[in-house]
Amino acid sequence: MAQPKRVPLPAILLANDLLDGDVVFSTGDSWSRNPAEALIAYDDATADRLEAHAKAAFAAQIVVDAYLVDVSIDAAGVPTPRHFRERFKSLGPSHRPDLGKQAQYGNAHPR
Amino acid sequence: MYRYDQFDERFVRERVAQFRAQVKRRLDGSLSDDEFKPLRLMNGLYLQLHAYMLRIAVPYGTLASRQLRQLAVIADRYDRGYGHFTTRQNMQFNWIKLRDVPDIHSLLADVEMHCIQTSGNCIRNVTADHFAGVAADELEDPRPTAELIRQWSSLHPEFSFLPRKFKIAVTGAEHDRAAVKLHDIGLRILRHPDTHEIGYEVIVGGGLGRTPYVGKVVREFLPRRDLLAYLEAIVRVYNADGRRDNKFKARIKILVHEIGTEEFRRRVEEEFAQLDGPTINADPEEVARIAAYFAPPAYEKLPAKSNAYETHRATNPAFATWADANVFPHRVPGYAALTISLKAIGEAPGDITSGQMRLVADLAEKYSFDELRVTHLQNVVLAHVRQADLFAVWQKLCEADLATPNVGLVTDIIACPGLDYCALATARSIPIAQELSKRFADQERQKDIGPLGIKISGCINACGHHHIGNIGILGLEKNGVENYQITLGGDATENAAIGGHLGPGIDAKDVPDAIERLVDVYLAQREKGEVFIDTVRRIGVAPFKEAFVAKAPVKSKERENAVA
Repeated sequence: MAQPKRVPLPAILLANDLLDGDVVFSTGDSWSRNPAEALIAYDDATADRLEAHAKAAFAAQIVVDAYLVDVSIDAAGVPTPRHFRERFKSLGPSHRPDLGKQAQYGNAHPR
Repeated sequence: MYRYDQFDERFVRERVAQFRAQVKRRLDGSLSDDEFKPLRLMNGLYLQLHAYMLRIAVPYGTLASRQLRQLAVIADRYDRGYGHFTTRQNMQFNWIKLRDVPDIHSLLADVEMHCIQTSGNCIRNVTADHFAGVAADELEDPRPTAELIRQWSSLHPEFSFLPRKFKIAVTGAEHDRAAVKLHDIGLRILRHPDTHEIGYEVIVGGGLGRTPYVGKVVREFLPRRDLLAYLEAIVRVYNADGRRDNKFKARIKILVHEIGTEEFRRRVEEEFAQLDGPTINADPEEVARIAAYFAPPAYEKLPAKSNAYETHRATNPAFATWADANVFPHRVPGYAALTISLKAIGEAPGDITSGQMRLVADLAEKYSFDELRVTHLQNVVLAHVRQADLFAVWQKLCEADLATPNVGLVTDIIACPGLDYCALATARSIPIAQELSKRFADQERQKDIGPLGIKISGCINACGHHHIGNIGILGLEKNGVENYQITLGGDATENAAIGGHLGPGIDAKDVPDAIERLVDVYLAQREKGEVFIDTVRRIGVAPFKEAFVAKAPVKSKERENAVA
C-alpha cells in the first residue's frame, strides 16, 4: 500500500501527552512542551526519525495523536505551524492569551 | 429536584471504580488507545486541542447549589478556574488531565453527578424547558418525564451502541423553549382534544449537523403510560434499520428521511404492538415517586406585585433595564424567574468562573429554593425568586459581572468552543461572538433591535445550533483561512425552521459589518412591534441577500478613514 503523502517540509512533530493531554513536541529523542524546542525536519530522514520517535512513544503509552505539521521558520529559527489550526494548538485559545503555551512560553508566533 | 436512591448511588460509584481501573489499564498498556477511546468517551472524556475535555451531565439542566459549588471546586483544583455551559445544558471543563479524571468522577459522585453518556453513540443527556414548573404557558412540568427517560436510557443494554448519538428533549409548555423539533426525539406534553387526558406528541428525526431537518410528528397523541415502550420501539427501529455504513448518514433523521415518515411510523407502530408494554413501561408508583421530587417548592403567599420591586424599577434605570430583559414572569404570584446572562459583552458565551459559580450557588440557596437551571442558550436561571428580592440579587450579580441585561437580545449569542479548544472545529467561534457582542453592545440599540438570536458553530456538526439561529454563522476553512457562511431565518421554537444561506462565505473581519447590514434591513423594513424573525418571514430573504452581498457600507469606509 502506498504511504500517505507526507506534509511539506520543514515540519515538526506534535502530539498530546497521554497523561496530561498537553501538546508536546518531539525533540527527536524526548518530548518538550515548548514549541521552540521542537526538532525541525528539513529532510525526509529527520522526518522519518520524528515519526519513528512518535510511533515508539505511542506504543509506550507516552503520547497519543502524534503527527507531522509543516512549519515556517522565523529569523530566530523558531518554527510556526503554517496552518491556523496547528498554530492554535501550539499556542492556546486565541481569546485567552493568559492560558496555554502562549502564556507559558511567550506569544512569539503570529496567528 | 431528583435525589439518588441507593441503586443510583451504587451504580455511579461502581462506574467511577470501573473507569479508574480502565485508566490504570490504559497506562500500563493492557488497553490499547483504540480500546480505551470508546470507554473514555462513554465517561465524558474527549481529547481536545490543548488538553482533555470533560463533559459533565446536568440532567435536564437542573443543578442544586451544592452541585454547582462542587463544579467550582473541580474548576479550581483540576482546571483553570472556569467552566463552559453547553447547548445540551451540560458543563465542560477544557484543561483536564487524564490522571485526574477518576478523582474528578469521584468528586462528582459525592454530589450525585457523573459524566455517563455525555458522549458516545448512546442516548445523551435529556434536555428540557429551563422554565419548567415556572412558565404560565406550561401544562405540566417536563422534568419528571425527562428524569424517567434518564433512568430508562442510562446504560440501557440494547441502546449502548446505537448507529450514532441520540438526543431527546421534552417540553410541557405551549411555547417551545427546548427546541423539541430539532432533536432525534422531541416530546411535547399535551392534553388530548377529546378525552382531556395528558399525554405526548412524539416528534422524531429532527436534528442539525451536516443535514439539518425539522422533526416529523410520528404520534399525535401517546398516552402517558405508554411512553417508555413507545420510545423503546422508536429506538429499536433506529438501532436495527439506521445506517451504520456512513457516519454522516447514521442519525435517525436520515432514516426517517430516506424511508419517509409514513413508513417509519408503520415500523414503529408494528414494533410497539409487539412489545410487552407492561414490562417496559414504568410502574405508576415509580412514576409518582419520581414526580414527587419535582413538586413545587414551598412558596410563600405573596401579593401579585411587589411594591419594593416596582419602586426599585421606577428609581433605578439600570435595574429596570436588566429586569426588562432578564426577568421572566412566574406563575406563582409575587415570584419571578430570572436569567443570569453568561454573555457579558466581549466575553466567551457560556463561560463561568469558579467565583461566579459560587456566587450563583449562594444566590440560588438564599433566594431560589437551592436550585438553578442551565439553559440550552448557555445561560443560568434562578427559577423561583421573590420579586421583592430581585433588587438584592441584581446588586450581587453586578458585583460579579453577571448582570448583563441582554437575554434574548442580539448579544445573547450561542457559540460552541470552536477552534480555540475543539479538535473537530474548522474555524473559531468565540472571537466572532466577542466581536459581534462588542459591535452591538449599546443597550438602547439592543433594546431597539429586540429579540434576535445569533448562533455560531465552528464546524458543520453544529454544536452552536447555527441552522436555527435567526442569524446563523458557520465557521469553515477555505484555502487555509477561516471562512464564515451566514444563514438567515432559522428558528428554534414551535415555529422551527432551518435558516437559508445568504451567499458565499466571508472572512472573519467582515462578519460584524455583514451582520449589521442584515440588522439594518430589519430596522428599515419592520412594521410596528414586529420582531426580526417575523420581518424575515414577511418580506422574504431577498432584501437581506441584497444587503449581504452589497459592498462594504459607506460608514465602514468612513470608519477606516477616521482611523487613518
